[in-house]
Amino acid sequence: MSNPKPKFVGRSVARLEDRPLLLGQGRFAADVSFSGQWHMRVVRSPVAHGKLQGIDAAAALALPGVHAVWTHQDVAHIPPIPFRLTGLVELEPYRQPILAKDYVRYVGEPVAVVFATDPYIAEDAADLIELDIEPLAPVLAASGATGPFDAERATEPSIIRKSYGDVDAAFKAAHAVVALALSTGRHSGVPMETRGAVAHYDEARDILEMHGAAKVPWWNRDHIARMIGRTRTNMHLLEGHVGGGFGIRGEIYPEDVLVCAAALAFGKPIKWVEDRREHLIAANHSRQQQHRIRAAIDAEGRILAIDDEFFHDNGAYMRTHAATVPDLAAAMLPGPYRVPAYRVAGHIRLTNKTPCGTYRAPGRYESTFVRERLLDAVAAKVGVDGVEIRRRNLIATSEMPYDLHLETLGTHIVYDSGDYALLLDKTLACAGWPALQADLKKRRAAGEKVGAGVAMFVEKSGLGPSDTVRVEIRKDGKVEVITGVASIGQGVETAMAQIAADALGVDYTAIDVVHGRTDRIDQGAGAFASRVTVMCGEATRLASTKLRDKVLRLAAELMQTDASALDIVNGEIVSRDSTGPSMTLAELAQAPPGDLSAEDTFLSSHMVYPYGVHVAAVKIDSDTGAVAIERYVIGYDIGKAVNPRLVESQIAGGLAQGLGGALLEEFVYDDHGEPLSVTFADYLMPTSREVPDISILITEDAPSPLNPMGLKGAGEGGANPVGAAIASAIDDALQRPGAITDLPITPQRMKAICRQN
Amino acid sequence: MTEKIALTLTINGHAHAIAVEARRTLADAIREDCGQTGTHIGCEHGICGACTVIVNGEPVRSCLMFAVQAEGKKIRTVEGLADGDTLHAMQQAFMDHHGLQCGFCTPGFLMLAVGVLEREPDISDGDLLDVLSSNLCRCTGYQNIIKAVRAAAAEMRKRCV
Repeated sequence: MSNPKPKFVGRSVARLEDRPLLLGQGRFAADVSFSGQWHMRVVRSPVAHGKLQGIDAAAALALPGVHAVWTHQDVAHIPPIPFRLTGLVELEPYRQPILAKDYVRYVGEPVAVVFATDPYIAEDAADLIELDIEPLAPVLAASGATGPFDAERATEPSIIRKSYGDVDAAFKAAHAVVALALSTGRHSGVPMETRGAVAHYDEARDILEMHGAAKVPWWNRDHIARMIGRTRTNMHLLEGHVGGGFGIRGEIYPEDVLVCAAALAFGKPIKWVEDRREHLIAANHSRQQQHRIRAAIDAEGRILAIDDEFFHDNGAYMRTHAATVPDLAAAMLPGPYRVPAYRVAGHIRLTNKTPCGTYRAPGRYESTFVRERLLDAVAAKVGVDGVEIRRRNLIATSEMPYDLHLETLGTHIVYDSGDYALLLDKTLACAGWPALQADLKKRRAAGEKVGAGVAMFVEKSGLGPSDTVRVEIRKDGKVEVITGVASIGQGVETAMAQIAADALGVDYTAIDVVHGRTDRIDQGAGAFASRVTVMCGEATRLASTKLRDKVLRLAAELMQTDASALDIVNGEIVSRDSTGPSMTLAELAQAPPGDLSAEDTFLSSHMVYPYGVHVAAVKIDSDTGAVAIERYVIGYDIGKAVNPRLVESQIAGGLAQGLGGALLEEFVYDDHGEPLSVTFADYLMPTSREVPDISILITEDAPSPLNPMGLKGAGEGGANPVGAAIASAIDDALQRPGAITDLPITPQRMKAICRQN
Repeated sequence: MTEKIALTLTINGHAHAIAVEARRTLADAIREDCGQTGTHIGCEHGICGACTVIVNGEPVRSCLMFAVQAEGKKIRTVEGLADGDTLHAMQQAFMDHHGLQCGFCTPGFLMLAVGVLEREPDISDGDLLDVLSSNLCRCTGYQNIIKAVRAAAAEMRKRCV
């Protein structure tokens, strides 16, 4: 008996999140303080690889205000950080200890922590700690021959292999073979809020709390608890406001475990807030891969097989994501095209650099760049344009659902729905493609370096296996939706409130959405993999619908009528024929039995697959190497948009990050493994000058058949193919197919490429 | 370094008598000593602009100024923008144009834009874009921020007439 008329779902209603954030009343990690708290400062390795022979903390401990210094021996009983996803057994020896033991393996690795009354004193003390490290030769290249990473470990702990079809036979029978060597740079999400964690032990209640949680508070609660000898019942993680997620924020890092262990050991609240330099060398990096890819094609450029070998530079340890990024790169590489035979070998390599994790569209930013470069190369080989070659290879809508015969994140990849060719047509129409082509041709003839490119992709979203939501009507009539997801700024409160409001028959502003609190609901999967709207959205609808039925049943008894004769309109229980008495939800909540709550769970064993098309038009300044984006059009099929403006915002924000990775951002190291990108003056993120005004076309042509509302995720499609689209446009501007092989295309690289003309 | 200096900071018209080390940044003093945590610290090296406040009418990066340098000056932070329950035109425009997602950079953008528009109400679109390019946002892709600031500029000009 769900409400038939959606009033809020599908509308771009204003966000519920904005007001406190605009008033300066946000509650970010650094805003949390407890009286008597100690401040923690991490002493980090200044060398990329070395034997740690001694730590002299005497001078630091002598500084007034310093309470303690911990080194590995103080935390030797705490195991290394476990794997959250794709945790292959052979990777386990490569997990990161929370403080380095005998060796340091990257610049920025925590080797000691100082606890002091004041963060300035803690930093002074950290500077006084003397590290005796015997430098060893660092491993900095992720390709080439394998060898020892250190005394016990090898540089290549595992190879991700996936395949289907007869690749060798396809190459033997091919009309032609196209081969490319391509690479993507080392990037990261770099949220504007640095990481922070504040642990507080309440001895009276025997509860340990950690504030500053994000993304996956439940999993982190369970595992930090296990590491330090607590249980899920006497430990809680609490999320306040989170200043951006992007994959990097909210995973378990050494510092999270250290503040919790220290709060217990010292009986003092422990606060840690990293500075930006620490963030850039200590929080997860991502994306650095080198690919050697080949396609077997027929005379018309139809793909017969793809064979890819790539090297994934994972840095010095395997963190919570373990093999997730290379696994996703390998599994999602085929994209929207029919690839009859496929084989990939992804070499996971260790280097003496910052360890890696996920970054928005992990693995796909990389493999979309590689695949789309390949499509462009195939087009050049057979002498057709990039749009035509894509049309020839797209999976047809009649083939849906399309079984890719590959697996990732513990799920079988089956594209649930999609009309890729239709979205290509619509996006090109939105971009005015024929007129744009004619205009660019004319300008090129007049000497300008201008061009346009297209890139296509399939995203994944809605990772299960389950989400549970509890909906309660309080005695004041306010509705609380208690979820097991997290907010990283994406608008989850608003979207969930819209869904619950429609199911319940109340205004969306009457709904409080609770997230990121392990003390309010026992289980939650959190916010990653563009999963929240799909999984939590459907769980919210189920629980709200259940509660609506309960409300009508209880009200019918009180009002001495039949539940089917009643409806809920704007928070008021009324009869459907507009006669007789009515009562508010508050009145029903105050009447016995008073328990107006319902809980439900949505289970899903398959992900859902949104898809998109990016069209870029660029102008190159060959003197400066600058690439200006003249036009950027994104078509994206979301299945069903709960709040179109929030979807567009996710796309627009993703594009800005994608542009950073395509043109500006890169973590660079010198020959000794010293990181050179340690400030915002070195790691260049796009500003309002670099990000163009874009056109976003959100379509709902392919609702997901895997959930009743048809939802798919929006988080990553803005970023996914940006490197690919920009590269294609630059090739076109230079009229040199295959000119771009590496990301980012920094001004220096662009100038060098222009000089090759 | 631990010798503390007594001083008074005037934030949003309220006097805060505090004692801080000479090296304490204005950002830390505003947040930790005066309890106004709406001003955020994003990089501590003057690039991201999250910590922007208005000092004597000028937007400044409070991570690059010492607290002792701000004594006797009028400091305005995000907490002082709204008039009771009524949002400042800039705050309202950010809400209307969806100029924020996570909200961490927002106070810095608000203070930057308000400070510049109060000084130069008729600033050109191009100059405004240059000004806004001095702060970083990682969520929005900037276009909604630009739209919000332009809308607020028009509204602020109207109110001045």
